[in-house]
This record gives sequence, structure tokens and C-alpha cells, in this order.
Amino acid sequence: MSDMQSDLSNSESSEPAASPKKRVSIFGKDFSIGALVAWIAVFALLALMAVGLLRNQEGPVTVGEIAPEFTLNTFDGGQISLNDLEGKVVVLNFWASWCKPCEEEAAELETAWRIYQPRGDVVFLGVDYVDTETEANNYLEKFDVTYPNGPDLRTQISQAYRIRGVPETYIIGKDGKLAAFKISPFISLGEIQGMIDPLLDS
Amino acid sequence: MKQVRHSSIVFSLIVLLIGLIALFQVEVVNAQEVPTDDQVNVIAKQLYCPVCENIPLDVCPTQACAQWRELIREKLSAGWTEAEIKTYFVAQYGDRVLASPPATGLNWLVYIIPPLVIIAGAYILYRALLSWRQAPAQLPEQNQPEDETDDEYVAQIEEELRRQ
Repeated sequence: MSDMQSDLSNSESSEPAASPKKRVSIFGKDFSIGALVAWIAVFALLALMAVGLLRNQEGPVTVGEIAPEFTLNTFDGGQISLNDLEGKVVVLNFWASWCKPCEEEAAELETAWRIYQPRGDVVFLGVDYVDTETEANNYLEKFDVTYPNGPDLRTQISQAYRIRGVPETYIIGKDGKLAAFKISPFISLGEIQGMIDPLLDS
Repeated sequence: MKQVRHSSIVFSLIVLLIGLIALFQVEVVNAQEVPTDDQVNVIAKQLYCPVCENIPLDVCPTQACAQWRELIREKLSAGWTEAEIKTYFVAQYGDRVLASPPATGLNWLVYIIPPLVIIAGAYILYRALLSWRQAPAQLPEQNQPEDETDDEYVAQIEEELRRQ
């Protein structure tokens, strides 16, 4: 860039009499308008890249943070918004039919759902990440999953929660804040209960 | 009696003929309706699965991508056009599945910056070439005063060198 500036200034000095160009002084240094515009464009581009990189470097949503709002369009045609679930514990599980580790926890999650469902204050939601509907429905049928599930349309929910892969499970407390998360499959029913039970009224 | 037998034979032949034609047509239709891998890959190579970034869908070996390719095949079989299939994938998985992002919002930068940089580079090169061409013409005039030095000491050294 400095080469560019020096080239421009060299060429300007070679034809001094032709047309005196406007110059701008910044921090005691003279810049031609062209060089100034070029520098501003380069800095703007670098700033954009920095913002993009910082976003990529952000980890998952942290515990204690307000859980990002989302609306899930379920496979059976329903629509569930996180806002509508205020005052309930929400277990948000990201999965996909092509994900082998997801299969390891599918049965445990369904068992846990059947344990908590009668209480009414715990909701399980499945977010199907980058999947095809036919395969997703086969998966839900295979593991007899009965809690609401739906596709992550335009990958908006997974981007909001900044997931790194599947399976990942986020447990949102009754106050709407993220209470716990699991970045791998649950290894037992006890592990799921151990995350949910502390959030419930006795 | 003979007439009845004759008409039943004709009827059987007609039914057989219709059956054969129908069978042949079904086979032809099936052959037309099942898209080939090449037809699927024409669309697949324009798409990228978010799970396997930077690998086009047509060559991606993961199960997720295989499912996507099957989905393209299903849509083609159902008579969807290439544009409709791409629109469906964008609606399902977002703009980032497209190999060429749509020219909206910040995506414009992808289309604007490279030509701008090339034009700016060409301009700088042009100005630099102009200045390099002018420089040799000015060189003898600039060098002349250096040759005719008034320094007595330097003149003496040069004189000595000439003698040797």
C-alpha cells in the first residue's frame, strides 16, 4: 500500500505543472485524495474481516446468558417459539439423522421426556440440523421420538446458539437463561436428569 | 359358437397388446424419470453442505452429502427445475449452501472488490511505468553535475588513476 502511495506521489511529482492535485493533511502527513480513499477502503475491508473472524472465534452460548430466541417449525406443521415457553425448563437438542453419536443418546432423551412430560414444566425440543426430511422422519420413527422436532430452517437456530456440531444439547432454565449445555451425546439417563432436576421446583 | 371363440381370441389379443404397450411405456417413463448421477451432479456441484465446508456437494463423501444428493434426485424425479431445487436448498439451509452467493447485502463485496483491486493495480502499474520511462531521460542531466566536480581532492585522485 505504501508502494501504491509512493507510486502515486512519484507520478504526481513528475508532472507538477499540469494540474495541482488536492491534498489532505492527516496527523501531519500529506495524502492525495486518491491515496486517502484507497487507505480508507483497505481499513474498512480489514475491519470487516476482523468482525467476521471475531464472530467465528466466539464459543458457544455461555451459561447464565439469556438463551437466543428462536421459532421451531415442527415436522407435524406446528410452530413453537422460545418466548411461549417462559416459566418452563427447555431441553433443546440439536441432532441429525446422519449423525451416529446422536443415535447413542436418542433413546435416553426420549425416556427422559416421558419421565418429565407429565409434570408440564419441562419441554423437550429437537432441532434437526442440515438434514433431509425423509431421513429425519425415518430417524424419529426408528427411535420412537415423541417430543416436538423440526428442521433448522436456514440453519438459523444453530447459528444463534453457535453450535460446533451435533449432537449438542442446551438446557434453558425457567428464567430464560441458559442453565447448562452438553457438547457431545449424553451417556446415560442419569446425566440428563442431573442437568434438569436442579432447575425444577421440588 | 365359432364366432364367439373368434371374438374372444381377438379380445385376448387386444388385451395382451394393450398390456405390452403399457408395460413398455412404464419402462420408458421410468428410464426417463430416474435422473442419472451426472444430472444430479450438475446441481450438486453448485451447492456446499454446511457440515463439510469447502467441499462441493458432488464430491463430498459424507453421509449428509449423500442424503442431499438423493434429495436432489428426488426433486428432479418430481419434475423440479434446477432453479427450484436451488431455491429449496436455500430456504432449508440458508444462502451459504450456494457456491455463488446471491449479490445482496455484504455479499456485494465479493463481486465488487476483485475487479476494483485489479483496476487499481493496473492504474498504479501504468503510473509507475510512466514514471520509469521519464526517469532515464532525466538521468544524464542529473548525472552531469556529479561528473564535473569542483572538489580538488577528487580531481587529483582521478588524475592519478588516469596516469596508471
